[in-house]
Amino acid sequence: MIKFTDVYKRYTNQYEALSGLSFELMDGEMAFLTGHSGAGKSTLLKLIALIERASHGQVLVNNQNLTRLPPRKIPYYRRQIGLVFQDHNLLHDRTVFDNVALPLVIAGENHREIGRRVRAALDKVGLLNKERNLPIALSGGEQQRVGIARAVVNRPPVLLADEPTGNLDPDLSRDIMHLFEQFNQVGVTVFIATHDLDLIKTMPYRQVILHKGRLSQQTEHSI
Amino acid sequence: MINLNFKNYLLRHLQVMLFTLGRIWRQPLASLMTFMVIGIALALPASLYVLLKNIEQVSTQWDDVAQISLFLKQDINDQKAQKLATELKAWPEITNVSYQSASKSLEEFRKLSGLDSLLDTLPTNPLPAVVIVQPDGKNLQADVIGDLVSRLEALPDVELAQLDMEWLQRLRSINETGQRGISILGLLLSLSVLLVIGNTIRLAILNQQSEIRVIKLVGGTNTFIRRPFLYTGFWYGTLGGFVAWITLLITMGLINGPINELASQYNSQFTLTWLSGSMMLFLPFTGMLLGVMGAWLAVGRHLSAIEPT
Repeated sequence: MIKFTDVYKRYTNQYEALSGLSFELMDGEMAFLTGHSGAGKSTLLKLIALIERASHGQVLVNNQNLTRLPPRKIPYYRRQIGLVFQDHNLLHDRTVFDNVALPLVIAGENHREIGRRVRAALDKVGLLNKERNLPIALSGGEQQRVGIARAVVNRPPVLLADEPTGNLDPDLSRDIMHLFEQFNQVGVTVFIATHDLDLIKTMPYRQVILHKGRLSQQTEHSI
Repeated sequence: MINLNFKNYLLRHLQVMLFTLGRIWRQPLASLMTFMVIGIALALPASLYVLLKNIEQVSTQWDDVAQISLFLKQDINDQKAQKLATELKAWPEITNVSYQSASKSLEEFRKLSGLDSLLDTLPTNPLPAVVIVQPDGKNLQADVIGDLVSRLEALPDVELAQLDMEWLQRLRSINETGQRGISILGLLLSLSVLLVIGNTIRLAILNQQSEIRVIKLVGGTNTFIRRPFLYTGFWYGTLGGFVAWITLLITMGLINGPINELASQYNSQFTLTWLSGSMMLFLPFTGMLLGVMGAWLAVGRHLSAIEPT
Protein backbone atom coordinates (compact mmCIF):
# COMPACT_ATOMS: atom_id res chain seq x y z
CA MET A 1 0.00 0.00 0.00
CA ILE A 2 2.89 2.34 0.88
CA LYS A 3 6.25 1.66 -0.73
CA PHE A 4 9.43 3.75 -0.37
CA THR A 5 12.32 2.94 -2.70
CA ASP A 6 15.69 4.60 -2.00
CA VAL A 7 14.06 7.86 -0.91
CA TYR A 8 16.09 10.95 -0.08
CA LYS A 9 14.75 14.21 1.23
CA ARG A 10 17.12 17.14 1.22
CA TYR A 11 16.06 20.60 2.35
CA THR A 12 17.51 23.66 0.69
CA ASN A 13 19.96 24.27 3.53
CA GLN A 14 21.76 21.01 2.70
CA TYR A 15 20.14 19.29 5.65
CA GLU A 16 19.31 15.73 4.72
CA ALA A 17 16.17 14.61 6.54
CA LEU A 18 15.91 11.19 4.90
CA SER A 19 18.70 9.19 3.28
CA GLY A 20 18.23 6.14 1.12
CA LEU A 21 15.05 5.01 2.79
CA SER A 22 13.30 1.87 1.55
CA PHE A 23 10.44 0.04 3.21
CA GLU A 24 6.99 -1.23 2.44
CA LEU A 25 3.67 -1.32 4.24
CA MET A 26 1.15 -3.94 3.11
CA ASP A 27 -2.46 -3.25 2.32
CA GLY A 28 -4.44 -3.40 5.57
CA GLU A 29 -1.33 -3.39 7.76
CA MET A 30 -0.92 -1.35 10.91
CA ALA A 31 2.57 -0.15 11.83
CA PHE A 32 4.36 2.35 14.05
CA LEU A 33 7.02 4.78 12.97
CA THR A 34 9.48 5.54 15.76
CA GLY A 35 12.86 7.14 16.30
CA HIS A 36 14.45 10.03 18.17
CA SER A 37 13.33 13.61 17.64
CA GLY A 38 14.61 14.83 14.29
CA ALA A 39 15.04 11.30 12.96
CA GLY A 40 12.79 12.17 10.05
CA LYS A 41 9.42 10.75 11.19
CA SER A 42 7.42 13.86 10.31
CA THR A 43 9.25 14.27 7.02
CA LEU A 44 8.39 10.70 6.10
CA LEU A 45 4.69 11.26 6.79
CA LYS A 46 4.79 14.55 4.87
CA LEU A 47 6.11 12.68 1.84
CA ILE A 48 3.17 10.26 2.03
CA ALA A 49 0.67 13.13 2.41
CA LEU A 50 2.43 15.03 -0.41
CA ILE A 51 3.02 18.02 1.84
CA GLU A 52 6.64 17.57 0.74
CA ARG A 53 8.14 15.88 -2.29
CA ALA A 54 11.07 13.48 -2.25
CA SER A 55 14.38 14.85 -3.58
CA HIS A 56 15.25 11.44 -4.95
CA GLY A 57 13.72 7.97 -5.04
CA GLN A 58 10.21 6.72 -5.47
CA VAL A 59 7.18 6.86 -3.20
CA LEU A 60 4.23 4.67 -4.18
CA VAL A 61 0.94 4.96 -2.29
CA ASN A 62 -2.13 3.00 -3.28
CA ASN A 63 -0.50 2.26 -6.66
CA GLN A 64 0.12 5.93 -7.40
CA ASN A 65 3.60 7.22 -8.04
CA LEU A 66 3.75 10.39 -5.95
CA THR A 67 6.87 11.70 -7.66
CA ARG A 68 4.88 12.01 -10.86
CA LEU A 69 1.61 13.36 -9.46
CA PRO A 70 0.93 16.87 -10.85
CA PRO A 71 0.01 19.58 -8.30
CA ARG A 72 -3.57 19.93 -9.50
CA LYS A 73 -4.19 16.28 -8.62
CA ILE A 74 -2.84 16.60 -5.08
CA PRO A 75 -6.24 17.52 -3.50
CA TYR A 76 -7.87 14.41 -4.97
CA TYR A 77 -4.96 12.26 -3.85
CA ARG A 78 -5.18 13.63 -0.30
CA ARG A 79 -8.82 12.56 -0.08
CA GLN A 80 -7.52 8.97 0.00
CA ILE A 81 -5.36 9.70 3.02
CA GLY A 82 -6.76 10.33 6.50
CA LEU A 83 -4.47 12.63 8.46
CA VAL A 84 -4.32 12.94 12.25
CA PHE A 85 -2.08 15.55 13.85
CA GLN A 86 -0.63 16.08 17.31
CA ASP A 87 -2.23 19.54 17.49
CA HIS A 88 -5.51 18.35 15.92
CA ASN A 89 -5.70 21.13 13.26
CA LEU A 90 -9.40 21.75 13.93
CA LEU A 91 -11.26 24.85 12.77
CA HIS A 92 -12.10 26.68 15.96
CA ASP A 93 -14.95 28.78 14.62
CA ARG A 94 -16.95 25.73 13.48
CA THR A 95 -18.81 23.12 15.44
CA VAL A 96 -17.60 19.56 15.93
CA PHE A 97 -20.13 18.45 13.32
CA ASP A 98 -18.89 20.98 10.74
CA ASN A 99 -15.26 20.05 11.41
CA VAL A 100 -15.91 16.37 10.81
CA ALA A 101 -18.10 17.16 7.80
CA LEU A 102 -15.37 19.19 6.08
CA PRO A 103 -13.85 16.39 3.92
CA LEU A 104 -17.34 15.38 2.77
CA VAL A 105 -18.33 18.96 1.98
CA ILE A 106 -15.13 19.32 -0.02
CA ALA A 107 -15.88 16.11 -1.89
CA GLY A 108 -19.34 17.47 -2.71
CA GLU A 109 -21.42 14.86 -0.88
CA ASN A 110 -25.09 15.58 -0.55
CA HIS A 111 -26.60 16.88 2.62
CA ARG A 112 -28.25 13.73 3.86
CA GLU A 113 -25.19 11.56 3.23
CA ILE A 114 -23.02 14.08 5.10
CA GLY A 115 -25.29 13.97 8.15
CA ARG A 116 -25.36 10.18 8.14
CA ARG A 117 -21.61 9.69 7.77
CA VAL A 118 -20.60 12.43 10.21
CA ARG A 119 -22.83 10.93 12.90
CA ALA A 120 -21.45 7.46 12.18
CA ALA A 121 -17.88 8.77 12.57
CA LEU A 122 -18.70 10.70 15.74
CA ASP A 123 -20.46 7.65 17.14
CA LYS A 124 -17.34 5.60 16.44
CA VAL A 125 -15.13 7.96 18.45
CA GLY A 126 -17.80 8.35 21.16
CA LEU A 127 -18.62 12.02 20.65
CA LEU A 128 -22.09 11.83 19.17
CA ASN A 129 -23.49 14.01 21.96
CA LYS A 130 -20.92 16.77 21.31
CA GLU A 131 -21.71 17.50 17.68
CA ARG A 132 -23.04 21.00 18.40
CA ASN A 133 -20.05 22.04 20.52
CA LEU A 134 -17.16 24.17 19.41
CA PRO A 135 -13.77 22.40 19.64
CA ILE A 136 -12.62 24.85 22.31
CA ALA A 137 -15.26 23.44 24.67
CA LEU A 138 -13.74 19.94 24.46
CA SER A 139 -10.84 18.36 26.35
CA GLY A 140 -7.57 17.54 24.59
CA GLY A 141 -8.47 13.88 24.23
CA GLU A 142 -11.89 14.75 22.83
CA GLN A 143 -10.38 17.20 20.35
CA GLN A 144 -8.04 14.47 19.18
CA ARG A 145 -11.00 12.14 18.68
CA VAL A 146 -12.73 14.84 16.60
CA GLY A 147 -9.56 14.95 14.51
CA ILE A 148 -9.69 11.19 14.07
CA ALA A 149 -13.38 11.29 13.14
CA ARG A 150 -12.55 13.88 10.49
CA ALA A 151 -9.70 11.71 9.18
CA VAL A 152 -11.88 8.63 8.73
CA VAL A 153 -15.22 10.19 7.77
CA ASN A 154 -14.70 9.75 4.04
CA ARG A 155 -13.37 6.20 4.55
CA PRO A 156 -9.83 6.62 3.23
CA PRO A 157 -7.81 3.43 2.60
CA VAL A 158 -4.81 4.93 4.44
CA LEU A 159 -4.73 6.58 7.86
CA LEU A 160 -1.62 8.52 8.91
CA ALA A 161 -1.08 9.90 12.40
CA ASP A 162 1.76 12.15 13.58
CA GLU A 163 2.22 11.85 17.37
CA PRO A 164 -1.52 11.49 17.96
CA THR A 165 -1.01 10.83 21.68
CA GLY A 166 1.73 13.39 22.17
CA ASN A 167 -0.27 15.59 24.51
CA LEU A 168 -2.39 12.94 26.22
CA ASP A 169 -2.05 11.00 29.45
CA PRO A 170 -1.43 7.20 29.27
CA ASP A 171 -5.09 6.16 29.69
CA LEU A 172 -6.33 8.49 26.98
CA SER A 173 -3.41 7.46 24.77
CA ARG A 174 -4.43 3.83 25.10
CA ASP A 175 -8.02 4.72 24.12
CA ILE A 176 -6.80 6.56 21.05
CA MET A 177 -4.54 3.69 19.98
CA HIS A 178 -7.40 1.30 20.48
CA LEU A 179 -9.47 3.45 18.17
CA PHE A 180 -6.79 3.16 15.48
CA GLU A 181 -6.78 -0.61 15.94
CA GLN A 182 -10.51 -0.68 15.30
CA PHE A 183 -10.09 1.15 12.00
CA ASN A 184 -7.30 -1.23 11.07
CA GLN A 185 -9.56 -4.18 11.77
CA VAL A 186 -11.99 -3.00 9.10
CA GLY A 187 -9.18 -2.92 6.52
CA VAL A 188 -7.64 0.54 6.78
CA THR A 189 -3.85 0.72 6.45
CA VAL A 190 -2.69 2.59 9.55
CA PHE A 191 0.72 4.21 10.01
CA ILE A 192 1.40 6.05 13.27
CA ALA A 193 4.48 8.13 14.09
CA THR A 194 5.01 8.10 17.86
CA HIS A 195 7.67 8.12 20.54
CA ASP A 196 5.36 6.58 23.12
CA LEU A 197 7.46 3.41 23.24
CA ASP A 198 5.97 2.11 26.50
CA LEU A 199 2.55 2.10 24.94
CA ILE A 200 3.39 0.50 21.62
CA LYS A 201 5.55 -2.29 22.97
CA THR A 202 2.37 -3.77 24.41
CA MET A 203 0.82 -3.81 20.94
CA PRO A 204 1.40 -6.52 18.31
CA TYR A 205 2.43 -4.33 15.37
CA ARG A 206 5.54 -3.80 13.32
CA GLN A 207 7.78 -0.83 14.07
CA VAL A 208 9.65 1.12 11.44
CA ILE A 209 12.53 2.71 13.35
CA LEU A 210 14.42 5.71 11.93
CA HIS A 211 17.82 6.92 13.03
CA LYS A 212 19.21 10.14 11.55
CA GLY A 213 17.09 9.80 8.47
CA ARG A 214 18.00 6.20 7.79
CA LEU A 215 16.13 3.01 8.43
CA SER A 216 17.66 1.70 11.64
CA GLN A 217 15.67 -1.49 11.97
CA GLN A 218 12.27 -2.98 11.38
CA THR A 219 10.81 -5.17 14.04
CA GLU A 220 8.45 -7.96 13.26
CA HIS A 221 5.26 -8.15 15.26
CA SER A 222 6.66 -7.49 18.69
CA ILE A 223 4.46 -9.92 20.57
CA MET B 1 -27.99 11.47 -11.31
CA ILE B 2 -26.54 14.46 -13.18
CA ASN B 3 -29.59 16.41 -12.17
CA LEU B 4 -28.98 15.53 -8.53
CA ASN B 5 -25.31 16.52 -8.78
CA PHE B 6 -26.30 19.84 -10.27
CA LYS B 7 -28.77 20.40 -7.47
CA ASN B 8 -26.01 19.62 -4.96
CA TYR B 9 -23.73 22.05 -6.75
CA LEU B 10 -26.27 24.86 -6.61
CA LEU B 11 -27.03 24.07 -3.01
CA ARG B 12 -23.36 24.31 -2.08
CA HIS B 13 -23.06 27.65 -3.81
CA LEU B 14 -26.10 28.91 -1.96
CA GLN B 15 -24.61 27.69 1.32
CA VAL B 16 -21.31 29.47 0.67
CA MET B 17 -23.20 32.59 -0.35
CA LEU B 18 -25.15 32.70 2.90
CA PHE B 19 -22.14 31.66 4.96
CA THR B 20 -20.04 34.55 3.63
CA LEU B 21 -22.93 36.97 4.12
CA GLY B 22 -23.08 35.79 7.72
CA ARG B 23 -19.36 36.43 8.14
CA ILE B 24 -19.75 39.97 6.81
CA TRP B 25 -22.74 40.50 9.08
CA ARG B 26 -20.75 39.46 12.14
CA GLN B 27 -18.29 42.32 11.58
CA PRO B 28 -20.79 45.11 11.04
CA LEU B 29 -18.53 48.10 11.58
CA ALA B 30 -15.61 46.99 9.42
CA SER B 31 -18.00 45.83 6.70
CA LEU B 32 -19.96 49.06 6.77
CA MET B 33 -16.76 51.04 6.30
CA THR B 34 -15.84 48.94 3.29
CA PHE B 35 -19.34 49.41 1.84
CA MET B 36 -19.04 53.18 2.33
CA VAL B 37 -15.68 53.39 0.58
CA ILE B 38 -17.00 51.39 -2.37
CA GLY B 39 -20.28 53.31 -2.35
CA ILE B 40 -18.70 56.75 -2.42
CA ALA B 41 -16.20 55.75 -5.07
CA LEU B 42 -19.03 54.51 -7.31
CA ALA B 43 -21.45 57.33 -6.47
CA LEU B 44 -19.11 60.11 -7.57
CA PRO B 45 -18.90 59.24 -11.29
CA ALA B 46 -22.55 58.13 -11.21
CA SER B 47 -23.79 61.52 -9.95
CA LEU B 48 -21.69 63.37 -12.52
CA TYR B 49 -23.10 61.10 -15.18
CA VAL B 50 -26.66 61.84 -14.09
CA LEU B 51 -25.99 65.59 -14.17
CA LEU B 52 -24.46 65.33 -17.61
CA LYS B 53 -27.43 63.31 -18.86
CA ASN B 54 -29.66 66.13 -17.65
CA ILE B 55 -27.64 68.77 -19.47
CA GLU B 56 -27.82 66.64 -22.58
CA GLN B 57 -31.56 66.40 -22.19
CA VAL B 58 -31.87 70.17 -21.90
CA SER B 59 -29.81 70.68 -25.03
CA THR B 60 -31.95 68.25 -27.04
CA GLN B 61 -35.03 70.19 -25.94
CA TRP B 62 -33.46 73.24 -27.50
CA ASP B 63 -32.93 71.51 -30.79
CA ASP B 64 -36.49 72.41 -31.71
CA VAL B 65 -35.69 76.08 -31.77
CA ALA B 66 -32.59 75.71 -33.92
CA GLN B 67 -33.12 77.68 -37.11
CA ILE B 68 -31.19 78.53 -40.23
CA SER B 69 -31.34 82.03 -41.68
CA LEU B 70 -30.87 82.21 -45.45
CA PHE B 71 -29.80 85.69 -46.52
CA LEU B 72 -30.74 85.98 -50.17
CA LYS B 73 -28.77 87.76 -52.87
CA GLN B 74 -29.66 91.40 -53.44
CA ASP B 75 -31.05 90.86 -56.93
CA ILE B 76 -33.61 88.30 -55.85
CA ASN B 77 -37.11 89.76 -56.02
CA ASP B 78 -40.01 88.95 -53.74
CA GLN B 79 -41.64 86.57 -56.19
CA LYS B 80 -38.53 84.52 -56.68
CA ALA B 81 -37.92 84.44 -52.93
CA GLN B 82 -41.45 83.25 -52.21
CA LYS B 83 -40.97 80.48 -54.76
CA LEU B 84 -37.76 79.39 -53.07
CA ALA B 85 -39.53 79.30 -49.71
CA THR B 86 -42.24 77.03 -51.07
CA GLU B 87 -39.65 74.75 -52.64
CA LEU B 88 -37.74 74.44 -49.44
CA LYS B 89 -40.85 73.49 -47.52
CA ALA B 90 -40.95 70.26 -49.52
CA TRP B 91 -37.51 69.15 -48.28
CA PRO B 92 -37.80 66.26 -45.85
CA GLU B 93 -35.29 67.70 -43.39
CA ILE B 94 -37.20 70.93 -43.06
CA THR B 95 -40.27 71.34 -40.92
CA ASN B 96 -41.09 74.99 -41.44
CA VAL B 97 -40.12 77.90 -43.66
CA SER B 98 -40.98 81.57 -43.32
CA TYR B 99 -40.08 84.45 -45.59
CA GLN B 100 -39.24 87.98 -44.65
CA SER B 101 -38.81 90.50 -47.46
CA ALA B 102 -36.00 93.03 -47.54
CA SER B 103 -38.38 95.93 -47.02
CA LYS B 104 -39.92 94.23 -44.03
CA SER B 105 -36.48 93.64 -42.58
CA LEU B 106 -35.70 97.29 -43.05
CA GLU B 107 -38.92 98.28 -41.35
CA GLU B 108 -38.15 96.00 -38.44
CA PHE B 109 -34.63 97.32 -38.18
CA ARG B 110 -35.90 100.88 -38.30
CA LYS B 111 -38.26 100.16 -35.45
CA LEU B 112 -35.68 98.41 -33.29
CA SER B 113 -32.69 100.61 -33.94
CA GLY B 114 -34.30 104.07 -34.03
CA LEU B 115 -31.89 105.13 -36.78
CA ASP B 116 -34.69 106.59 -38.94
CA SER B 117 -32.84 109.62 -40.27
CA LEU B 118 -29.69 107.71 -41.03
CA LEU B 119 -31.53 104.98 -42.92
CA ASP B 120 -33.36 107.62 -44.98
CA THR B 121 -30.07 108.82 -46.34
CA LEU B 122 -29.24 105.44 -47.88
CA PRO B 123 -29.91 105.21 -51.59
CA THR B 124 -31.10 101.59 -51.51
CA ASN B 125 -32.20 99.10 -48.91
CA PRO B 126 -28.96 97.46 -47.72
CA LEU B 127 -30.75 94.59 -46.00
CA PRO B 128 -31.27 91.32 -47.82
CA ALA B 129 -34.45 89.32 -47.90
CA VAL B 130 -34.38 86.45 -45.44
CA VAL B 131 -35.83 82.95 -45.55
CA ILE B 132 -35.92 81.35 -42.11
CA VAL B 133 -35.73 77.59 -42.18
CA GLN B 134 -36.51 75.32 -39.26
CA PRO B 135 -34.76 71.99 -39.62
CA ASP B 136 -36.27 68.85 -38.15
CA GLY B 137 -33.97 69.09 -35.16
CA LYS B 138 -35.50 66.22 -33.22
CA ASN B 139 -34.70 63.63 -35.84
CA LEU B 140 -31.48 65.03 -37.20
CA GLN B 141 -27.93 64.72 -35.90
CA ALA B 142 -25.80 67.82 -35.58
CA ASP B 143 -23.66 66.85 -38.58
CA VAL B 144 -26.74 66.31 -40.75
CA ILE B 145 -27.89 69.80 -39.86
CA GLY B 146 -24.42 71.09 -40.73
CA ASP B 147 -24.71 69.29 -44.03
CA LEU B 148 -28.11 70.88 -44.60
CA VAL B 149 -26.64 74.32 -43.94
CA SER B 150 -23.95 73.87 -46.58
CA ARG B 151 -26.48 72.55 -49.09
CA LEU B 152 -28.68 75.56 -48.50
CA GLU B 153 -25.73 77.87 -48.90
CA ALA B 154 -24.93 76.28 -52.25
CA LEU B 155 -28.33 77.29 -53.65
CA PRO B 156 -27.88 79.94 -56.38
CA ASP B 157 -30.25 82.44 -54.73
CA VAL B 158 -28.64 82.28 -51.33
CA GLU B 159 -25.83 84.58 -50.32
CA LEU B 160 -25.30 83.20 -46.83
CA ALA B 161 -26.82 80.48 -44.66
CA GLN B 162 -26.34 80.86 -40.95
CA LEU B 163 -27.14 78.38 -38.21
CA ASP B 164 -28.32 80.41 -35.27
CA MET B 165 -27.55 77.75 -32.68
CA GLU B 166 -23.83 77.40 -32.94
CA TRP B 167 -23.56 77.88 -29.20
CA LEU B 168 -25.67 74.73 -28.86
CA GLN B 169 -22.98 72.82 -30.67
CA ARG B 170 -20.44 74.30 -28.35
CA LEU B 171 -22.49 73.15 -25.40
CA ARG B 172 -22.58 69.70 -26.95
CA SER B 173 -18.82 69.72 -27.33
CA ILE B 174 -18.43 70.73 -23.72
CA ASN B 175 -20.83 67.96 -22.83
CA GLU B 176 -18.80 65.46 -24.80
CA THR B 177 -15.63 66.61 -23.11
CA GLY B 178 -17.38 66.21 -19.78
CA GLN B 179 -18.48 62.73 -20.69
CA ARG B 180 -14.96 61.73 -21.62
CA GLY B 181 -13.74 63.16 -18.31
CA ILE B 182 -16.36 61.23 -16.38
CA SER B 183 -15.44 58.02 -18.19
CA ILE B 184 -11.84 58.46 -17.12
CA LEU B 185 -12.86 59.36 -13.58
CA GLY B 186 -15.21 56.38 -13.49
CA LEU B 187 -12.47 54.09 -14.71
CA LEU B 188 -10.01 55.33 -12.10
CA LEU B 189 -12.53 55.09 -9.29
CA SER B 190 -13.56 51.60 -10.46
CA LEU B 191 -9.91 50.65 -10.27
CA SER B 192 -9.79 51.97 -6.72
CA VAL B 193 -12.87 49.88 -5.85
CA LEU B 194 -11.09 46.87 -7.32
CA LEU B 195 -8.07 47.56 -5.14
CA VAL B 196 -10.15 48.20 -2.00
CA ILE B 197 -11.97 44.90 -2.41
CA GLY B 198 -8.76 43.13 -3.35
CA ASN B 199 -7.11 44.41 -0.21
CA THR B 200 -10.07 43.49 2.00
CA ILE B 201 -10.01 39.97 0.58
CA ARG B 202 -6.25 39.80 1.05
CA LEU B 203 -6.69 40.56 4.75
CA ALA B 204 -9.44 37.96 4.98
CA ILE B 205 -7.12 35.39 3.39
CA LEU B 206 -4.34 36.21 5.82
CA ASN B 207 -6.81 35.92 8.70
CA GLN B 208 -7.83 32.48 7.55
CA GLN B 209 -4.43 31.08 6.70
CA SER B 210 -4.69 28.23 9.18
CA GLU B 211 -8.16 27.36 7.93
CA ILE B 212 -6.94 27.33 4.33
CA ARG B 213 -4.09 25.01 5.34
CA VAL B 214 -6.49 22.60 7.03
CA ILE B 215 -8.79 22.58 4.00
CA LYS B 216 -5.83 21.85 1.74
CA LEU B 217 -4.76 19.02 4.04
CA VAL B 218 -8.11 17.29 3.83
CA GLY B 219 -8.19 17.53 0.05
CA GLY B 220 -9.79 20.89 -0.72
CA THR B 221 -9.15 22.08 -4.27
CA ASN B 222 -8.21 25.67 -5.05
CA THR B 223 -11.66 26.13 -6.54
CA PHE B 224 -13.22 25.12 -3.25
CA ILE B 225 -10.96 27.44 -1.24
CA ARG B 226 -11.45 30.32 -3.66
CA ARG B 227 -15.24 30.14 -3.60
CA PRO B 228 -16.01 31.79 -0.24
CA PHE B 229 -13.59 34.63 -1.00
CA LEU B 230 -15.20 35.25 -4.37
CA TYR B 231 -18.59 35.39 -2.70
CA THR B 232 -17.20 37.77 -0.08
CA GLY B 233 -16.09 40.03 -2.95
CA PHE B 234 -19.51 39.58 -4.52
CA TRP B 235 -21.25 40.80 -1.36
CA TYR B 236 -18.90 43.72 -0.76
CA GLY B 237 -19.31 44.88 -4.36
CA THR B 238 -23.07 44.43 -4.58
CA LEU B 239 -23.87 45.98 -1.22
CA GLY B 240 -21.32 48.75 -1.86
CA GLY B 241 -23.20 49.39 -5.11
CA PHE B 242 -26.43 49.79 -3.15
CA VAL B 243 -24.71 52.27 -0.85
CA ALA B 244 -23.61 54.14 -3.99
CA TRP B 245 -27.21 54.22 -5.19
CA ILE B 246 -28.46 55.62 -1.90
CA THR B 247 -25.65 58.20 -1.91
CA LEU B 248 -26.69 59.18 -5.43
CA LEU B 249 -30.31 59.61 -4.41
CA ILE B 250 -29.33 61.79 -1.44
CA THR B 251 -27.04 63.91 -3.65
CA MET B 252 -29.76 64.39 -6.24
CA GLY B 253 -32.26 65.22 -3.54
CA LEU B 254 -29.98 67.95 -2.24
CA ILE B 255 -29.38 69.39 -5.73
CA ASN B 256 -33.02 69.19 -6.82
CA GLY B 257 -34.20 72.30 -4.92
CA PRO B 258 -31.63 74.78 -6.29
CA ILE B 259 -32.01 73.37 -9.81
CA ASN B 260 -35.75 73.84 -9.78
CA GLU B 261 -35.25 77.41 -8.65
CA LEU B 262 -32.75 78.02 -11.42
CA ALA B 263 -35.11 76.49 -13.98
CA SER B 264 -38.03 78.66 -12.84
CA GLN B 265 -35.89 81.77 -13.31
CA TYR B 266 -35.42 80.78 -16.94
CA ASN B 267 -39.14 80.03 -17.31
CA SER B 268 -38.14 76.46 -18.01
CA GLN B 269 -40.21 73.38 -17.40
CA PHE B 270 -36.99 71.54 -16.65
CA THR B 271 -36.98 68.95 -13.87
CA LEU B 272 -34.06 66.82 -12.80
CA THR B 273 -34.06 63.29 -14.20
CA TRP B 274 -32.81 60.99 -11.45
CA LEU B 275 -32.22 57.82 -13.44
CA SER B 276 -32.89 56.10 -10.14
CA GLY B 277 -34.34 52.98 -11.77
CA SER B 278 -31.51 52.20 -14.14
CA MET B 279 -28.91 53.25 -11.57
CA MET B 280 -30.43 50.89 -9.03
CA LEU B 281 -29.58 48.07 -11.41
CA PHE B 282 -26.37 49.50 -12.81
CA LEU B 283 -24.52 50.42 -9.60
CA PRO B 284 -24.90 47.13 -7.70
CA PHE B 285 -24.15 45.22 -10.89
CA THR B 286 -20.97 47.21 -11.51
CA GLY B 287 -20.08 46.78 -7.85
CA MET B 288 -20.64 43.05 -8.11
CA LEU B 289 -18.38 42.71 -11.16
CA LEU B 290 -15.64 44.77 -9.53
CA GLY B 291 -16.03 42.83 -6.29
CA VAL B 292 -15.70 39.42 -7.87
CA MET B 293 -12.79 40.60 -10.02
CA GLY B 294 -10.98 42.16 -7.08
CA ALA B 295 -11.46 39.02 -5.03
CA TRP B 296 -10.27 36.87 -7.90
CA LEU B 297 -7.08 38.89 -8.24
CA ALA B 298 -6.39 38.78 -4.50
CA VAL B 299 -7.10 35.06 -4.16
CA GLY B 300 -5.07 34.14 -7.22
CA ARG B 301 -2.17 36.13 -5.88
CA HIS B 302 -2.16 34.81 -2.31
CA LEU B 303 -3.72 31.37 -2.34
CA SER B 304 -0.83 29.51 -3.88
CA ALA B 305 1.49 30.97 -1.25
CA ILE B 306 -0.39 29.20 1.54
CA GLU B 307 0.57 25.55 1.64
CA PRO B 308 0.47 23.15 4.57
CA THR B 309 3.81 22.61 6.28
